Amino acid sequence: MSKPVFGLILGGILGIFDGLSALVSAPEVAPQIVGIVIGSTFKGLITGVLIGYFARKVHSLALGLLFGLAVGALLAYGVVAMQVAQGGKAYYLPIMLPGAALGLIVGYATQRHRERPSQAGAGQ
Amino acid sequence: MMPLSDAAVASLRALADWPDATDTKYDILERIGRGGMGSVYLARDRALDRRVAMKVVSLPEPVGGSGLAGERLTREARILAGLEHPGLVPVHDAGILADGRPYYVMKWIRGTRLDAYLQTPRTEADRLRIFARICDAVAFAHTSGVIHRDLTPANIMVGAFGEVLVLDWGLARIRFDRTGASPATTQPGTVIGTAGFMAPELAAGRSDASDERTDVYALGSILEVLAQPPGAGPVARPLAAVIAKARAAAPSDRYLAVALLAADTERYRAGEPVEAYRENPLEWATRVAARHQTAIMLVAVYIVIRVILLAVR
Repeated sequence: MSKPVFGLILGGILGIFDGLSALVSAPEVAPQIVGIVIGSTFKGLITGVLIGYFARKVHSLALGLLFGLAVGALLAYGVVAMQVAQGGKAYYLPIMLPGAALGLIVGYATQRHRERPSQAGAGQ
Repeated sequence: MMPLSDAAVASLRALADWPDATDTKYDILERIGRGGMGSVYLARDRALDRRVAMKVVSLPEPVGGSGLAGERLTREARILAGLEHPGLVPVHDAGILADGRPYYVMKWIRGTRLDAYLQTPRTEADRLRIFARICDAVAFAHTSGVIHRDLTPANIMVGAFGEVLVLDWGLARIRFDRTGASPATTQPGTVIGTAGFMAPELAAGRSDASDERTDVYALGSILEVLAQPPGAGPVARPLAAVIAKARAAAPSDRYLAVALLAADTERYRAGEPVEAYRENPLEWATRVAARHQTAIMLVAVYIVIRVILLAVR
């Protein structure tokens, strides 16, 4: 499959797990877990497709990791900013750090993923 | 009459053995190798002003090359001339010297025999790359019906640019004749090959029973040498299983073709499971972990972050 699609799927799956991990790290949010997982999954999908598209254009593991880290951290920051705007607490580190780590994982995986030549050419 | 000393006899013999190339366009420069059948000389092609290698039958032989060694050398030249592959030395010329000995001229390869090449430490990747190239050349020869029958590290050369060449096709068997070469010169019951690398059927004198699997056996022996260079640790179990299958005593238990042996070796090199070995779950997990170290490390980083955040909460 193409790198953007691979990134999309991987980002979505990791987003689900990341959202569910809130049950462990913050049990008090259990009543809102569905919304958390949906939001985290959506964030993961966007992160994944952006990183995957970058991986198709730039063939560099180091740059892919950096881009993944940056996109993961940036989108996680957006989530925190939304929470603050709605009057919630600013959980920067608890949300941005795991978000950045997941961005690293997706960045690595999309750089390593091999597209078939026809799929690589179609995106150009 | 005074008897000659051994040294004198040796000198006279060396002098007599020196090829008389006066009727050819070649100038013999020096001897660069010697085998059971003949010697290889570095020569200069006057017409093209380039260095070549000339293989000549050693004495004693009937004049005109009608002896067994002469027939083998001529046959070897025809076999090599009919096989065009990057792993096989191209033959430029062949003929009879003024002293009546057959010769053939081939490309001069600047390189090192594999047994000498391995005296210097090499990475496993490099050694397996060399093995893959050997298999390429031998598999190609098999498609033309030619079985080498004497594959050993001494008959493999690694060139100055990393090219790998299979040499010494003097004992080769032609299974199906498409070139009009002379009939097989191996008498039934003759033991041919090199100890430690010859298949059991060759060691038993059944040279007429040799086929592609005979070369598979020898290649398995070469792989064993490549897998265990001096100072190396124990061979990994999957690779040991590949070697064992290639060197099975019964031809029916070996890889059916060189390409299958090469494919399994390539799978080992790529960190994939090999057909010759069934992994247990722990070995599977270890192999997958070794192949995906970075991904596992990144996931571990994520988990550690989560654990730390949980702890400081």
